[in-house]
Amino acid sequence: MERDVANPLRQDSAPLYEALERYRGDRIVPFDVPGHKQGRGTPELTEFLGARCLSVDVNSMKPLDNLSHPTSVIRDAERLAAEAFGAGDAFFMIGGTTSAVQAMIMSVCKSGDSIIIPRNVHKSAINALILCGVRPVYVDPGIHSGLGISLGMNPGDVDEAIRSNPDAKAVFINNPTYYGVCPDLAHMVKSAHAAGMAALVDEAHGTHFYFGDDMPASAMSVGADMSSISTHKTGGSLTQSSLLLMSGDRVAPDYVRTIINLTQTTSASYLLMSSLDIARRALATRGRETFHRVCELAEYARSEINGIGGYYAFSREIMNGRDCADFDITKLSIHTLDIGLAGVEVYDILRDDYGIQIEFGDMGNLLAIISVGDTHYNIERLVSSLSEIKRLKGKEGIELWDHEYVPPVVRISPREAFYADSRPVPLVSSEGEISSEFVMCYPPGIPILAPGELVTRDALDYVLYAKSKGSLVMGPRDMTLENINVVK
Amino acid sequence: MELWYTEEHTPDVRFSIKVKKQIYSAKSPFQQIDIFDSDEFGRFFTLDGLMMVTEKDEFIYHDMIVHVPMATNPAIKRVLVIGGGDGGTVREMARYDSVERIDMVDIDEMVVDACRLHLPFTSCRLDDARVHLYFEDGLKFIRRFENSYDLIIVDSTDPFGPGEGLFTREFYGNCFKALSEDGILVNQHENPYYESYSHSMKRAHSRIKELFPVCRVYQAHIPTYPSGHWLFGFAAKRSDPLRDLDDSRWNSLGLDTKYYNTDLHRGAFALPNYVKRALDLIG
Repeated sequence: MERDVANPLRQDSAPLYEALERYRGDRIVPFDVPGHKQGRGTPELTEFLGARCLSVDVNSMKPLDNLSHPTSVIRDAERLAAEAFGAGDAFFMIGGTTSAVQAMIMSVCKSGDSIIIPRNVHKSAINALILCGVRPVYVDPGIHSGLGISLGMNPGDVDEAIRSNPDAKAVFINNPTYYGVCPDLAHMVKSAHAAGMAALVDEAHGTHFYFGDDMPASAMSVGADMSSISTHKTGGSLTQSSLLLMSGDRVAPDYVRTIINLTQTTSASYLLMSSLDIARRALATRGRETFHRVCELAEYARSEINGIGGYYAFSREIMNGRDCADFDITKLSIHTLDIGLAGVEVYDILRDDYGIQIEFGDMGNLLAIISVGDTHYNIERLVSSLSEIKRLKGKEGIELWDHEYVPPVVRISPREAFYADSRPVPLVSSEGEISSEFVMCYPPGIPILAPGELVTRDALDYVLYAKSKGSLVMGPRDMTLENINVVK
Repeated sequence: MELWYTEEHTPDVRFSIKVKKQIYSAKSPFQQIDIFDSDEFGRFFTLDGLMMVTEKDEFIYHDMIVHVPMATNPAIKRVLVIGGGDGGTVREMARYDSVERIDMVDIDEMVVDACRLHLPFTSCRLDDARVHLYFEDGLKFIRRFENSYDLIIVDSTDPFGPGEGLFTREFYGNCFKALSEDGILVNQHENPYYESYSHSMKRAHSRIKELFPVCRVYQAHIPTYPSGHWLFGFAAKRSDPLRDLDDSRWNSLGLDTKYYNTDLHRGAFALPNYVKRALDLIG
């Protein structure tokens, strides 16, 4: 079904949203699922979420297309998304960016293949390695010693990994990291392609790179093969809705769809999909102004927070041309150690005492996301609260754990470790064992230990310290984290 | 034709005044500003449809928010008014010759401009030489000060909308920092009767109590505010509004007030039991 040339798709339209509006107007009598039948069957839910919301919580049907096999309004909406992001193709993902990252890896790697990947990836990437039996070639990220944060991969290290692993199928790149650190993306994409490898980019935190002015380079703009975009994180769509973008001819779009359909639900939520369509329209038509305002708010907040003293809201000055080639200024990352408090402590105080929810706090830093929905009022509240926390709870000369990245010692592949016979041992006496589980603070969800890695003294100390500071440490089957499963 | 102004005090309770004429209506970057004339309450001024000031009963609010702290500590010299764009609080404050400086910070310059033009009965002292006007977010303004004011009066709107930041823990903490050693913080505390307001009242009170050694609540009867029963918070680092009140000292100033007197000052701190319970003053 080709589009009428006289009536091309336009970015100010939203085909899926419009189809849902038509559906609502048609007052269709539903003898299909979902069983709540436009909300009537669960009045408490309708009362809570609203009748308008429930009336479009529907299932695939001819006028609304089908995400597993899109031929009409979903296909049109995906085409518009591809165009808006400068991609060849776009897929609506309703399993979060986790599902997009897994689809990227599974589209280019098969069991037994290897992939070059920074160790400070989100656990979703390592989960994908477990699922499809791909061997990771880890590249240690750079470390900013003053801030205790991990940076991006050093381009030299990536080139070296490519040289030593010529059979690797892909290079996986974070753009940006949670903290806003961007690698030299263009260089890495070029190196990967020169070696015949695919360049896969996790842009979970980079939706705005495609729309704002003076933003770090986006994956599609430098010719990466695929990118995972958390539209819901900074782009304004509903939680769990994401995009998978792709370009070039290294990977066939129809194969990617087949891979996505391996694990994707066959009852894709129209609430999530329509939110992608509507958010894409907003981004394409006024994203530039929106992110101009977002940048202004973030820069204002940074200068006010740095004016308090003690806090360090870092920005472009940490760029070094190597493992931090660019910086995303919409990430309000704040180093807290100089007021004598761990990032996670400030995070907890902000939530418990000041009613302010921050994205995450780790040992030395906290991160506030500034996005399409922020206002000046809220920024003032954050700044004033930080000033109060320093006044009331600030300390001096407290020794705090000051590094975020624990270099892994990989003994066996994640999949091998995950499926190996294992036994639980007390965490405190697990040093020297091979972990069969993840251990991570969440957020950010970057593993301290991944399956197959040696439990080192450093890793163990870090986990125990994070627990003592009140971080939500998770991953092991034993949810109290007294025990950890290790390979027998 | 009849024209009525209506404020919903709760989703089920309405308060209406018959309007003679609408004098002013404009939308500022922060809120909707309206000014009306009526027979019963004279000229009145609303923000986002909520009653702020009427010509007939504004004296109650402004007397109580100013004279209670001023009678408690007559040595107050440096005053900050946050909000108060109608000028009524500054008008009462300017009656004290002993006050050396009055800073007023309101987020919305359009409110002050409209009140200067249409509410001369409250805005009449905004040009006093001691008065300095600042137009910015009070939460931001207060952050930069330390030991700078003897009295801070929070004459704000309700804690929904532009005034929200002025009911937060961080704001009260910043006020504490900005106050001198003998400083006093007075704020409008909403009404105790309707649940949606009393929730803000309780929250404000508990937050202030954590920061200030002296923390009390007093009341007044304001016909045009929801439930007619209005509370004010009195917080101080040292001054106690009952212990430190010297009747004859304040009376010797010879200020003619329509609502406030020193007997009422003491009485205003006597609260009904249901309010005491809400504030955890009794079990």
